[in-house]
Amino acid sequence: MFGFVGRRLVYLVPVLVAVSLLTFLIASLLPGDLAYVILGDQATPDKVAALRHDMGLDQPIWWRYASWLGHVLQGDFGRSFRTGQTVLQAVSERLPVSIELMLLAELTALAIGIPLAIACAVRSGSAFDRFVTGSAFGMLSVPAFLAAILLIYLFAVELRWLPATGYVPFGEDPVGNIRSFVLPALTLALGEWPVLMRVLRSDMIATLQEDYIAMARAKGLKPSRILLVHALKPSSLTLVTVTGINIGRLIGGTVIVESVFALPGIGRLLLGAIYTRDLIILQGVVLFVACGYVLMNFVVDMLYAVLDPRIRHGHA
Amino acid sequence: MATLELEIDDAVVVSPVRRTRRLGALFWMAVGWTLLVLAAAALADVLPLPSPTDMDMLARRAPFSAEHWLGTDTLGRDELSRLIHGARISLTVGLCAPVIGLVFGGALGMLAGYFRGRFETLVVGSMDVLLAFPPLILALAVTAYLGQSLLNLTCILGVLGIPAFMRVARASTLTLARREFVIAAQALGATHARILLRELLPNVFLPLLAFFLLGVAVTIVVEGALSFLGLGVPPPISSWGSMIGEGRESLEIAPRLAFIPAAAMFLTVLSFNLVGDTLRALTDPRQGAL
Repeated sequence: MFGFVGRRLVYLVPVLVAVSLLTFLIASLLPGDLAYVILGDQATPDKVAALRHDMGLDQPIWWRYASWLGHVLQGDFGRSFRTGQTVLQAVSERLPVSIELMLLAELTALAIGIPLAIACAVRSGSAFDRFVTGSAFGMLSVPAFLAAILLIYLFAVELRWLPATGYVPFGEDPVGNIRSFVLPALTLALGEWPVLMRVLRSDMIATLQEDYIAMARAKGLKPSRILLVHALKPSSLTLVTVTGINIGRLIGGTVIVESVFALPGIGRLLLGAIYTRDLIILQGVVLFVACGYVLMNFVVDMLYAVLDPRIRHGHA
Repeated sequence: MATLELEIDDAVVVSPVRRTRRLGALFWMAVGWTLLVLAAAALADVLPLPSPTDMDMLARRAPFSAEHWLGTDTLGRDELSRLIHGARISLTVGLCAPVIGLVFGGALGMLAGYFRGRFETLVVGSMDVLLAFPPLILALAVTAYLGQSLLNLTCILGVLGIPAFMRVARASTLTLARREFVIAAQALGATHARILLRELLPNVFLPLLAFFLLGVAVTIVVEGALSFLGLGVPPPISSWGSMIGEGRESLEIAPRLAFIPAAAMFLTVLSFNLVGDTLRALTDPRQGAL
C-alpha cells in the first residue's frame, strides 16, 4: 500500500511542476502585455517601460518563472491590480461556495444514479431498463447551460417555487442557503447521473453473473442484501474512476452554473477576472484549480486502491 | 447432427441482420437531422432568408409569421435566419476542432503505440499535463489571452481534443501491433512508414472516426458554453450558444427565444452522439454491454 502511494506521490511532483509551467507560459507568451493592460491604451512608452521594470517583466522568461514559482510555493499567488485583493484571499472567500455546490451536485447525481443503476441491472433488458438507459443517453446530450435554463424556466418562472438567482450564506439563513443551491446542484446532477448510472449498471450486470452471487442466492439471502452488500462494492470500481474523471467536467459545469445562478464561487471569480482582464487573478485561479484537480484525481486513485486490493499489490 | 448444424447456421445468419435492423430507425433519423442542419448551414447564403443582423425595432420579439417563420429576437432580428447562421458557427467549430484532434492526436497515438519506449512515455506524459487542466477552464483562460475569434476558438478546442484522440489511437495501435498481419508485414521487410500507413491506419481509422463524431458533439457543447458566457465568437455574429444566452434575458416574456436554439443544439448534439455511439458499438465489440 505504501509503495503504491509513494509511486503515485512521486509521479505527482513532475505533473504539478508541468502544470505550473504551462499556466505560466499561457499567461506570459500569449499576446497582451500585462503592463499595457494595467496602464490602459493611453500609456506612454516610458511609463510602460518603468512598470515593466518594476514588475520584472523585462527579465528573461526562465527567471520570471523561477521567481513566480518561488512566490507561489510560499503561498504568494500574487495580488489583483484592480481590487488589491490577493489571489489567496479571493480564492478562499469563494472556495466554500464552489465546494458546497460540487458536493451537493455529486450527492444528488449519486442519489439518482445508483438506485436507477441497480434497478436496471436487476431487470436488464426490460422495458424499464430500456427507458432509463434511453433517457440517460438523451440527458448526456443536454449541456449544463441548457439544463440550467430549463430548470429556471420550470421552477422559477412558471412554478415560482425556487429563486432563479441569488446566494444566501449558510451562516445567515441555512434554509435559504440550501434553497439557493437546489437548482444549481440539480443542473449539474442532471448531466452527471447518466454517466454514473451507465457505468454502474454495466458493471453490476457483470457482477450479478458471478458465482458468488449465485452462491449467496442459494444460501437464501435476501435479494436486497445480495444487491447492496455483495454486489454493490465490487461493482463500484469503475464508478469511482468515472467520478474522478468527471470532476474536470464538474468544475467546468460549476463555472457555467455559478454564472447562470449568480453564485459567488471560484467559477464566477474566474469569469470576472476574464471579463475585467485581471490577468494576475486569472493566472492564480487557473493554477489553483488545476492543482486542486490533480490532487483530487490523486485522491480518487487512492480510493480506487482501497476498493480494489489487486491494484495496491501491483498485479491488476 | 444435421438438425443441430442447421440451427447453428440459422442463429449465425439471423442475428446480425436483426441487430442492424434494431439500430435502424433512430440512427437514420439522427443521420437525417445532421444532414439537414449541415445543408441549411452550407446553403445559408443561398437560401431566401432575411439578414441575421438587420434589426427591426418595430418588430421586437414578434411571434411566428409568414414573414418571420420563427419570429424575431429582442432586437427584432429574424430568428430562423440567426438560427441557420448560428448553425454555421457551431458546426464550423464543431467539425474543424475535432479534425485537429483527430489528425494530431491520431498520429501521436499511433506513433506512440507502435514505437513504444521513450517516445511513448514522452507523449503520454505531456498529454497527462494537458489533461491536468479541467478542459473548460483551460479553454476559457486561453481564449481570454488569445482573444475571441472563430480561428482562435477552433484551434483552442482542437488542441484540447488531442489527448483523447491520442488515447484512442494508442489503445487500438497497441493491440493491433501484436496481430499476425503486422508481424507478417514486418517479416516481409516492410518499412515502418508502410506498416503504419498501409497496415495500421485502415484499422485504427474506424474507432477514431466513431470517436470523432462523439468529439463533434462535445465540441459543439463547449463552443456553446463559451458563447453562452459571452466568450465565444464576438457579436453580432450569432451562434447557438450566444442565442441561448441572449434568450435567457427574456425567459419570462418570450421563452422561445432561448428554447428554439436550445432545441436545435440538443437535437444536433444528440444526433452526433447517437451516430458516434452506434459506430463505436459496431467497431468495439467489448463495449456492447453498455
